[in-house]
Amino acid sequence: MSDSLSREVMEYDVVIVGAGPAGLATAIKLRQLNPAVSVCILEKGSEVGAHILSGNVFETRALDELIPDWKEKKAPIKTKVSKEKFLFLSSSSSFSWPTWLLPAVQKNHKNYIISLANLCRWLGEQAEALGVEIFPGFPASKLLYHEDGSVKGVQTGDMGLDKQGNKKDTFEPGIEIHGKVTVLAEGCRGHLGKEVIQKYALDTGKSSQQYGIGFKEIWKVSPEQHKEGMVMHTAGWPLDHNTYGGSFCYHAENNQIFIGYVIGLDYRNPHLSPYDEFQRFKTHSAISKILKGGKRIAFGARALIEGGLQSLPTMYMPGGLLVGCDAGTLNMPKIKGSHTAMKSGMIAAETINEFLSNNESLSGYAEKFKQSWIYQELYKARNVKPSFNWGLIPGIVFTGIDQLLFRGYLPFTLKHSHADHETLSPANEIKKIDYPKYDDVLSFDKTSSVYLTGTNHEENQPIHLQLKDTNLPVNYTLGKYDEPAQRYCPVGVYEIQRDKDDLNPQFVINAQNCIHCKTCDIKEPTQNITWVTPEGGGGPSYANM
Amino acid sequence: MKILVAVKRVIDYNVQIRVKSDSTGVETENVKMSMNPPDENAVEEALRIKESGKAEEVIAISIGEEKAQETIRTALAMGADRGIHVKATHDVEPLAVAKILQKIVEKEKPQIVLLGKQAIDDDSNQTGQMLSALLGWAQGTFASKIELEASAAIITREIDEGLEKVKLPFPIVATCDLRLNEPRYASLPNIMKAKKKPIDNYTSDELGIDVSPRVRQLKVTEPPKREKGVMVADVAELVQKLKHEAKVI
Ligand SMILES: Cc1cc2nc3c(=O)[nH]c(=O)nc-3n(C[C@H](O)[C@H](O)[C@H](O)COP(=O)(O)OP(=O)(O)OC[C@H]3O[C@@H](n4cnc5c(N)ncnc54)[C@H](O)[C@@H]3O)c2cc1C
Ligand code: SF4
Repeated sequence: MSDSLSREVMEYDVVIVGAGPAGLATAIKLRQLNPAVSVCILEKGSEVGAHILSGNVFETRALDELIPDWKEKKAPIKTKVSKEKFLFLSSSSSFSWPTWLLPAVQKNHKNYIISLANLCRWLGEQAEALGVEIFPGFPASKLLYHEDGSVKGVQTGDMGLDKQGNKKDTFEPGIEIHGKVTVLAEGCRGHLGKEVIQKYALDTGKSSQQYGIGFKEIWKVSPEQHKEGMVMHTAGWPLDHNTYGGSFCYHAENNQIFIGYVIGLDYRNPHLSPYDEFQRFKTHSAISKILKGGKRIAFGARALIEGGLQSLPTMYMPGGLLVGCDAGTLNMPKIKGSHTAMKSGMIAAETINEFLSNNESLSGYAEKFKQSWIYQELYKARNVKPSFNWGLIPGIVFTGIDQLLFRGYLPFTLKHSHADHETLSPANEIKKIDYPKYDDVLSFDKTSSVYLTGTNHEENQPIHLQLKDTNLPVNYTLGKYDEPAQRYCPVGVYEIQRDKDDLNPQFVINAQNCIHCKTCDIKEPTQNITWVTPEGGGGPSYANM
Repeated sequence: MKILVAVKRVIDYNVQIRVKSDSTGVETENVKMSMNPPDENAVEEALRIKESGKAEEVIAISIGEEKAQETIRTALAMGADRGIHVKATHDVEPLAVAKILQKIVEKEKPQIVLLGKQAIDDDSNQTGQMLSALLGWAQGTFASKIELEASAAIITREIDEGLEKVKLPFPIVATCDLRLNEPRYASLPNIMKAKKKPIDNYTSDELGIDVSPRVRQLKVTEPPKREKGVMVADVAELVQKLKHEAKVI
């Protein structure tokens, strides 16, 4: 369709893309500052929270500032952290690290175990009560620009296109939403965020961005295994010492265990399957004893942004701002990004409010950001992740010195050496990993896992995982890296299928199963895969992730 | 002519249903809800009839808790003109729903009432039939095609034997099959417009309908886990297993 003329246009003062903690905090703060500002939020999930997946041990600092009476307003934040553990695992044993030796950033006694999806649902209600218009099921599929190159707004996705991109009877064109300011709050690896970072070269002079893939399952266990408020992290097995990662295990309300695993996407072994690492991790005796007799009720995965301060791009551009994990405000040693995402949104709102009255520039955002506590936090945390490039043990020793002795104030900043898609070694240079069979008790196959995510996409629509070169997977990535997409995608979207004589490999994309984790867009060694928004409402329907 | 369309708020068809740990029902907290799928077909059909000039007004009605209003809003965003919400605090059984609908039909006097053929939560498949009996109107269930003539509707029904065509004199009750049409998407501008469309509110008491349950639910449990399949080498082994192990032939 040749555009603009035939599309309806809606105008707002501020258009926000993404109803996660960052986008919602931006909207709420804006309306608190000035109830006359018109604000809308587009959310690709079929409802607020449906695409939110997080640990989550929640630091309330930003929320205390945004909605001080959140307790009276019945925010779903109930389970205070009561006990903490840190375990080092070897394949057969576990060693408990004394908590007094944990750096302060890894202590959680003031924090709460929550479902971030539920918190977002509640924040959504607060925002709507303040007059924010939220449109779930409407992805922002495209950015729109003014002639002078500044951001004009976004276009929502077309609905009712078939596989080839032809209009079906139900075709409903996306519309243009124009804003005086557009705020990108898509979370980790937003596809519009990626575009503006490139277009405006916002990452000039920064370290390459770093990511991880995080898995999470919710288990219902018997009351005897459950210690409400307990927070446990592990490092070590099943990962080798050159792979950055670890687990979390949170005892939440109603006998639920939130158990998950995060693996740095800078891993080198193309045979590594993050999904299988997580599945076998649960079979460790220190973990299986918690889950024994319990039932897995939810599964999901989502990428995290881990680069920290040295990778943080410039967060403003003409007509637009980046907030939260779309920019990369997560604090990696804390593995927390919700409070910083919210705070960045609140600072963005203050900036926008001034901009709307004086119409100068949005650059004040950077100054405000630098003066806020997020900057302090991220500054102190900046050296932890890169130090693990030296391996697990040197990383721990360095982090001990950096965080315990110097509290993050060492007078230098370590750089991230590579982008995550550059780190894989050729498949024939590294040994295959022999993963154990799923036992259907603690570990499960991808099919039964994706089933628990409630994922669906209209089948007859253009594939939303676009290949720049459709032959590359078979002609290059298969030979060189044994097509790692088969393994890094947590739900088996990518498959190499061969005919019955084991010949003629074909690269198959089961796009319907995609849970929008964005790992393929990050890890594909030649950056051949681009994730774009599918038809509105498609994707997982997470309940309380 | 007016068309009344009944819509129900149910757990979304993509959600994996979980039984509550105390076996009193299924988990609905924080679970995604949406309009019962065949009800969407009913709304779509009503809108198409209106768009063809054969009806002037489409009214969407839902009976249920406060949030049923969201389902009515969805129908309004698709294009229905106004809504009616009859508030009820617990699950209302088909007979009570039919009685409530009867009251509303007497007030609104539509010529056509469209419903989904059944709701995907309880699969009762009763409400439309009961309503037609209460009203004494003709019924066409499992409609996969609806054609209107001056004084009657010709309805093609999906039945076990194939397709059955019935001619029903107005006024009629029809329940819609998923094959009837492909429901439209609600566009953003229409969602905005729907926010301003009126919804009338009633309670079952105001309508004088007793909605207390007639059926007592004892226990809800998950179906037994399916055992893993086995691979057989050939047809002979399959027959042998079906005969001696499964004992089905
Ligand atoms: C496994 C795991 C564990 C974690 N544990 C913790 C923890 O314990 N504590 C903590 O504080 N943080 C934790 N985090 C990090 C935290 O979840 C993130 O920092 C936080 O969610 C970032 O918020 P956000 O609003 O920036 O993005 P998100 O929460 O990702 O929200 C983005 C929203 O935007 C929507 N969206 C994206 N693109 C579009 C588009 N184009 N159009 C419309 N909508 C769009 C998405 O659907 C989503 O709803 C964890 C993360 C993971 C993955
Ligand atoms: S296709 Fe890509 S974004 Fe989708 S689930 Fe797989 S890795 Fe994640």
